[in-house]
Formats: sequence, structure tokens, C-alpha cells
Amino acid sequence: MAKTVDQYFDDLRGTRVWRSIFRSGTGSSTLKRALAIQQNVFLHLFSTKVRRRMLSFSATWYLGTLTLGTFLILVATGIPLMFYYHPSVPQAYADTKDLQFVVSSGMFLRNLHRWSAHAMVFLVFAHMFKVFYRGAYRTPREFNWVIGVILLLMTLLLSYTGYLLPWDQLAYWAITVGSNIASAVPVMGEKIHFLLLGGNAVNANALLRFYVLHCMILPLAALFFVAIHFWRIRKDGGLYAHASEPATVRDNANRSAPAAKETK
Amino acid sequence: MADSKDFIASIDSNAKKSPRRIVFITRRTSVQVKAETEDQLQTFPEVLFRAAVTVMVLAVGLVWIALMFNAPLEGIADPSHTPNPAKAPWYFLGLQEMLHYFPPVVAGVLAPGLVVMALIVIPYFKVNIEADGLFLKSRQKRLRTFYVIASALSLFLLLFKVYAALVPTLIMAGVMLLAAHSSPQSPSAFRRYLAARPLSYWVMTWFLFELVVLTAIGTFFRGPGWSFVWPWQGS
Repeated sequence: MAKTVDQYFDDLRGTRVWRSIFRSGTGSSTLKRALAIQQNVFLHLFSTKVRRRMLSFSATWYLGTLTLGTFLILVATGIPLMFYYHPSVPQAYADTKDLQFVVSSGMFLRNLHRWSAHAMVFLVFAHMFKVFYRGAYRTPREFNWVIGVILLLMTLLLSYTGYLLPWDQLAYWAITVGSNIASAVPVMGEKIHFLLLGGNAVNANALLRFYVLHCMILPLAALFFVAIHFWRIRKDGGLYAHASEPATVRDNANRSAPAAKETK
Repeated sequence: MADSKDFIASIDSNAKKSPRRIVFITRRTSVQVKAETEDQLQTFPEVLFRAAVTVMVLAVGLVWIALMFNAPLEGIADPSHTPNPAKAPWYFLGLQEMLHYFPPVVAGVLAPGLVVMALIVIPYFKVNIEADGLFLKSRQKRLRTFYVIASALSLFLLLFKVYAALVPTLIMAGVMLLAAHSSPQSPSAFRRYLAARPLSYWVMTWFLFELVVLTAIGTFFRGPGWSFVWPWQGS
């Protein structure tokens, strides 16, 4: 009798090599599935179980997952874009032109990167407002909300630094308009402006700075905070359900403590 | 058993300060734990599968957009030739619109700084944790405060001729007045909804409204010299 696909997978997961890589064993028992999360350095950021009602679309609109998705797409398209790009003047513009007209699928790569970047900014805002309207910033989740605000700022900075890289008129003047705001800071405005651009105006130094920030510093920092953001969801008791506890416990609590309000 | 109950159940009911816990203090040996009975799914594989599907749907959508629409690319950067208007990225156009009305230190530094500060401190203020309708308690006093703040804000925006921000403010004030005159027992579901909205909801919704309106105006309705244009007029 022929083996099913599942059986092939089971065989694969039973091999010595597989077992040497993944710490959790084979099998589909609850324990093994929990171990698959707990024993994995990346997945252990998440809890092993999630309340079913939190997975309904209306609970979160999946905005956090979608934001992570755009981030992954941006990394995946950003790395090949880096292969074709020199952060120098005027080579940067020539490289962008080459991406449009010479590199195979270069246009597609650049399009996908740019639209995903816009989508990420939009989704981060949407995520923030959704979390707010659900009241999911409530204790004990205060600090995860703060990390979320930091991630919002990082997303804006990532998008903003990337905006300069094509070195066309659109990029140049958008960054000029934006960075001039820094000059308005009282007392040290001009110094901040100079530090940001590596000069008194947007020039080759600014391009190099923005490139390093965009491709190295900010993505790593964002990854760092994203890891904390996910980990805190688990540590703070999972995604915020309406009253944070399972329905039965909540009902009992209300019965014995009528003063406590939480049910609507 | 000598007692009808062999444990004392007590509740830390201050849910604002700490997540609610039920503590069983047994008079005998073992601790009784209330098992969670809510339906749960395992992260592996169910939740991860859903996340993967979500990301795939997103990827399909974005790939489609990337195939249909090309990213803009203009001429090479030229410091001696300023385009008119020179616009920041779209998510900063709300700010740029504010720069049109206020000095840079107000619109460019103070306002965004305050917004970020306000966002950060949201969960640390009790007023944002309370979920009671704004006008349900001490209605007259709160209504008076509302009138003072709303008219002061409107007057301020009127003096600086910030009509773009004034109109959303007036609309929000109107909706809040409707909320103040709605009862939680109202036959209309919408009025019941309005009556139950807390202060934090109104502040955030006003902010969201202003953000969307100002960003949209900066993106679509601003032409040469930051003058008002219709989106179809071009630049």
C-alpha cells in the first residue's frame, strides 16, 4: 500500500538528521506540538496555545501578522536590491535606472519593495488604532504598547531613509523638506540637521548615512524590538481578549464580587 | 469534610492594576487550580498555518500591485532646481500641511513631539483605562468642560485660519454633543454606542480624523506654492 504524504513527512521527521536539527520529536500529540513551539529559538517567542476567539478575523484583522508580512517581503526584496546599488552620487541614480531598465525583474523588485514599504507604514498605523480601539494596551500590556510606538517610529524612519536612496528629484526634495524640520528644534536644531545629513544640505554624505541606517542599523533595531514585541504578547497573557480571562472564570468572579465591573 | 468548603476563594478585583487572579487558599494540603476551559488552538500548527496563509495572501496582493503599477522615478537629484511643490513622503504630509499654518517649531517639533509623548503615556493614565461613557457620570460638569475645550480649540484653529483642521474638530464636537444627549437605554443602537464611548475614544478618534484629513489634503489637494488644487487639476 502506498504511503500518504503525511507518512512521508513523519518518516522525514524521524530521520537522524532532522532530529539533530529540531529539538522536538515527531508525533502530533498536544505535548509534541507544544514542544515544537517551546523548543524552537524563534517560535518560543509565541505561546503554545491561542484562544480560538482571538483568531477570528474581527478580533485583530490580522494587522500585526500583515505588518510582519510586509517586513519579511521588504527584507526579501531589499537584499537583492542591495546587490545592484551603490550609495554614491551620481552612481545611485544610475543604479536605480539600471534596476528599471537593465536588471532582469529589477523593475518588479523595486516596485514590490516600494509598495510594500508604503503598505507597512499604513498597516502599522492601522494596527496601532485597532489595538487602541480594542483597549488592548491595558495592564499588563502597557509596555508592549510603548514598544509598539517605538516600532511605529522605526517604521517611519525606515521608510524615510529608504526614500532618499533612488537619488531622484522626488527623493532629494522630500528628504530636504523633511530634514529642514529638524533645523526648527530650538537651540540645537542646526546641529541635529548637520548630524542627520553629514552636511548642511542633502548630499553624498547624507546618502551614505541614510543607506547605512536603512540597510543595517534600523532593520536590526526593528528586528530586536519586534522580538520583544512578540515575546511580550506571550508573557502578558496572550492576545487581549475582552476581559482577559476565559469566560467561565470571569462569570465566577462576577458572581462573588458584584462590585467588579468588566462585563458589559 | 467538616466544612462545606475546604478553601477560601478571594479575588483581586482591581483589574486596573493587575490581571484578575483567583486565589484558592486551602485549609488542607493541596492547592486547587481552576483550569482554563476556554477553547484554545495550538500555535503549532493551527495558528502558524493561519499566519502563513495571511502572509501569502498579502504577498499575492502586493505582487499584483507591483506588476500593475511602477514605482515613480523622476530625473536625477538637482539641488539647483526646486520642484513646486516639494512634498515629503505621504505619511508626513499631515505635518507639512500643519507647517503651512504654524511656525516650524510648533508644527514640526512641538506637535509631533507631543503626539508621540501622548501615544506613549496612553496606557499609564487611568482615564484611558476606564471604559465608562464620557457623559454618563457628572454629566453637567463634564458637558461644561467639553464646551470650554471644544470652543477654545475651535477658536484657536479659526484664528490661525486652519480650516482644514477646524472642520473635523467641529464635526467631532457635533458627534460628541449627540453622544451627550444619547442615553444608554436609547432604542437606537447607534445612540447607545455613542453614549458608551469613553473620553479616550473621543480624543483618539479626533486625532485619527485630523490625521486622515490633513494627510489627504496634503497629498491630493496641494499644488504649486502649497495652494489649494483639485486632485484632477494636476500640478
